[in-house]
This record gives sequence, structure tokens and C-alpha cells, in this order.
Amino acid sequence: MIREEDILVVRAPELTAPERLYLPQIISGLGTTLRHMFNKKKRDEVVTAYPEEKRKQRIDNYRGVHRLNKDPDGRVACVACFMCSTACPAHCIHIEAGVSPWPDREKYPVKFDIDELRCIYCGMCEEACPCDAIELTPHYDLVAHSREEMVFDKEKLLDVYDRTKDAKPRKNPAVTDYGLTGEQGRQIGNPTAHLKVD
Amino acid sequence: MPEFLKTMLADQFWFSIVMLAVSLGVVLGVLAPACILAERKISAWMQDRYGPNRVGPWGVLQPVADGVKFILKEDIIPANVDKVLFVIAPSIALFICVLGVAVIPWAGEIHFPWMPAGQTVKTQVLPLDIGFLFMLAAASVGVYAVVLAGYASNNKYAFYGSMRATAQMLSYEVPLGLGLLVALMIHGSLRLEVMVDEQAASGLWNVFLHPIAFLLVLISGFAETNRAPFDLAEAEQELVGGFHTEYSAMKFAVFFLAEYANMVTSSALAVALFFGGWHIWGGPGPEDTGLIAALVKFAIFWGKVLGFIAFYMFIRWTLPRYRFDQLMRMAWKAMVPAGMAAVAMMGILVALGWHGWSPTMRLVTAFGGNALLVGIGLLVAGRSKAPITGRQDYLPPVRAQRAT
Repeated sequence: MIREEDILVVRAPELTAPERLYLPQIISGLGTTLRHMFNKKKRDEVVTAYPEEKRKQRIDNYRGVHRLNKDPDGRVACVACFMCSTACPAHCIHIEAGVSPWPDREKYPVKFDIDELRCIYCGMCEEACPCDAIELTPHYDLVAHSREEMVFDKEKLLDVYDRTKDAKPRKNPAVTDYGLTGEQGRQIGNPTAHLKVD
Repeated sequence: MPEFLKTMLADQFWFSIVMLAVSLGVVLGVLAPACILAERKISAWMQDRYGPNRVGPWGVLQPVADGVKFILKEDIIPANVDKVLFVIAPSIALFICVLGVAVIPWAGEIHFPWMPAGQTVKTQVLPLDIGFLFMLAAASVGVYAVVLAGYASNNKYAFYGSMRATAQMLSYEVPLGLGLLVALMIHGSLRLEVMVDEQAASGLWNVFLHPIAFLLVLISGFAETNRAPFDLAEAEQELVGGFHTEYSAMKFAVFFLAEYANMVTSSALAVALFFGGWHIWGGPGPEDTGLIAALVKFAIFWGKVLGFIAFYMFIRWTLPRYRFDQLMRMAWKAMVPAGMAAVAMMGILVALGWHGWSPTMRLVTAFGGNALLVGIGLLVAGRSKAPITGRQDYLPPVRAQRAT
């Protein structure tokens, strides 16, 4: 039940005399468009001639091509938990897990393919990832000669990390470097132990 | 120059053929593509963009690139269309809109030095006694192309588009005819070249005498050429592409070209009837029949036509499209009565003999008559209730929930 004080009565605004005559309004409209037409300065300020110039991006939250982060030892940060491919609404992530050769995790991705043509760049994979291994980068001008080239495999995704890590560093420190760098002494299987829980 | 060429140029028939080649070449080969580029440039500038600037300097070769693209594209004829009509429709569109060009008096008369004294040729493809009627007839057949295209496409959106175009064109024929009738009553001749010559002789363009009639012709011209704000036939947001939804490749390009050629034709008609054709104060008069004078007249005429086309484009990128009920209300409740009143006013002026004494007298009486009409119009508009659009009076007011 809508309360009476919440109801707003909307009436069409009364037309003024020039509005009802219509022609004066047309002339003032023409004035507006012609003013813009002859304003070259405004045009030069506003236009970005794309391939030559590029717009300044909001790097933090731009959702472009994916990358697979590396931990400080240069290994893939992914633990092949399948959270991203489960979260993906476009089903564009294909992972094949294998037994990890390293002591800090049980699994690692043998294969990690993202079909960049299927992807809708929603960023759900990034949200889902428990160890911040998959991230979206500000890189957007993506071209290829075939559909196959647009399926990015693990090496290509790691390569994207190398190319974009300076423009956009990892959001959070790696959680998969246990026992190798010794910087963070975290328990395997309890990566959030370092967070304060009262 | 060889003798046979001289005789040919001195003969009206052969000279007409030369004029045909020139005007068709200018309209279809130069002006229509240039208009397409100009349209894109102007729209871009109005929206604070640059427009096409990659093909050639300032993008001037863009129409060529577009043409090559259209020719090379696959020409699809859908399986369930009426093939004959489907193919014929674009050609009719182009044919009709260049038909009207035939009677336009581009540059008065030319007297070549080798012709007998006093003899001239007219710079017109068709110096027709009923040039004016020919123009009207050609304009009203123009709707055929749109109707055939929509009808043959066997597509509901194309069909809607063509039905809208039909109703719109039929409605706007009436004020167009009434507006042109006023111009006809000024001169008492159906020959366009006579009309232009008389305007040039008195130096008084018809637009100064009868602005109301000119306005009617101008607005109807927008509607007849199916351009914004009257482009309901191809309303992209509602009808996909309107009547040319099913057309592709060169057939679509021909429709596109026809639209611009149509603009040129209707601008040329408005220039000839209301803007003194090739006349400009201080320029060559009707008695100057030299070749140089003719070229100057030609340039002046085209300058005016280009001005009109630019105005068409300014309007297109300024005004939003009308709703269909607004379209019909404007035609039948505003423009048709205004046209009838203008014709009646002009009839009274002619019947009382107030329209023939001198240019000053003409100007004074016509101004008085038009002022009277505007006054009556304002009075009627002021006293009449606002038209009911959309929500009806007996319905309760719109209630919305306040945003919390």
C-alpha cells in the first residue's frame, strides 16, 4: 500500500506562447546546433582521434582483457579451484587441473583457456577468485586474425600479466607463496588466517 | 569549333540534350555524393565530432570509397519477395527524382555568337508549357518507389514504412499544391522560365511577397523528400530501416542517392519559384544572354540550391522526428487551412487588381495580406484549446511514487 504522502502527481507542463507557435522554438534550436557547428575549438577539445590518441583510462576498475597473476616466484598464482569458471555467466573459462609440483598448494592449472570472444567482461571471475589470480586489465584493443587466436591459453594470460603489471599492479599480495619466499607465514588451506578476526 | 557543333548548340533540341547530360551529371555524379559527405560532416560538426576524415584530405574521397564498397557488396534478394517489383523500386526512385530536374530553368536563355540576332536557346532540358504541373506530377509519383519497395519486400516493417510514407505524402501534397498555387497566381503562367524571368525583371523574389506560401512549400518539401523531421517512413528506432529494410548493396545505395537527388530537385524548384532562380541584385538580368552571363547565372542558381540543401541538413540534425498524429495534425489542421487562406487572399488581391500596378504596390498589398493572415492565424491559435495529445482529459492525472 502506497502512502498518500509518497504519491507525486505529475502534470504535463503548460506550453508557453512561443512553444505553441513552434516556429520560434525551431529557430532557437537551429541556433544551438549552428553554434556547435561553428565552434571548432570545442570540437578540438572534445574529440579523441582514436588510433593516434587514446583516452585517459580509469585503470583501477576498467574491465579489459584478463590476465593470470604470478606470485613473487614467477609461478602462476592460480590454484585451479574452478571458482571463476563456475561464476562465469558466459562459460568462457576452461580449466584443466593437475597435481601441483609445489608444496604450497594441492592443484595447479595444467590448462587455463579463456575464450575472449565469448567473454562478456563482467568481472565475475575476478570477484570469485579466492587467491586473486585472475584479474581484468585496462588492455582493450584486442585483435586477431582468427577465432582460435582469441582463445587465450595459460602462457598468453601470464604474458598479459607481464605486460600490464606496471600499469596495474596486483591488488592484493600473493597468497600462494608459502614456504618458498618466506615473506608471509600462512597456513596452507587457511589463506585468510592473516586477516584479523575478533 | 566545327560547323555541325555550332548548329547543334544553336538548336533547342540538341542543346536540351547537352543540358540533360550536364544536369544529370551534376545532380547524380557530383552533387548527390557531395551532399552525402556534407551531411555526414555537418551532422558531425553539430555533435562536436569531426566526421569522416580518413579517406583523402578532410575525407573528401569518402563518397568514392562508399560507392566502391556498395558495388562490391553482395546483392541479396530475399527468397520471398516479389522479385520484379523489388528490383524495379530503386530504379523508379531514382528515375522519378531526376525527372523533375528536366523543367528547371537553370540559367535563363543563351545567345551564341553564331546564331541569328534575337534567337536564343533555353538552358532547360524541357522548356515545357506546363513545366510547373510536370514538376508537381513528378513529385507526386515519387511515393510509388517507396510504396513498391515496402510492398515488394514482404516484410512487415518495410510495409509499415511504406504505408506511413503514403499517408504522409498524400497529406503534404495538398499544402504543397496550395503554396505553389499562390506562386502560380502571381505570374499567371505555368512556365517556370517565365516565372523566373518576371521575378528577375522586377527584382522582387516571391518569397518577399508571399512568405506564408513559401513556408508551406518548404515544409511540404521536407515531407515530400521524406527527410527528418518527416522521415517516419524509415524511422530506424521503430521500423528497422523502414521501406528499405530488405535492400542491400547497390540497390540500397540507389535509394540513398535518390533521397539526395530528390533534395536537389525540390530545392531547385523552391529556388526557381520563390528565390528568383538565377537572379541576384546587381547580377545579369534576363536580357543578358551571353555565354559568360549564362555561366554566372548558372553559378548563382547552384549557389542558392546549395544554400537550400545546407538548410535541409541543418533542420534534419536539429529537429526530432514527429509522431504520426503530430504529422497529420500539422498537415490537415495547420498547413491546409493556411494554404487555403493564402490562396484566397492572393485571389482577392488579383481580383481587385491590387497585384499588378508596380513592384512597390505588389509588395505593400502582399505584405498587408500576409500580415492579415498571420494575425488571423495567431488569433485562432490563441483562442483554440491545446490539442489533445497522448493522455486524454477524462483520465485521472498520472500518479507516480515519490523517489525515497
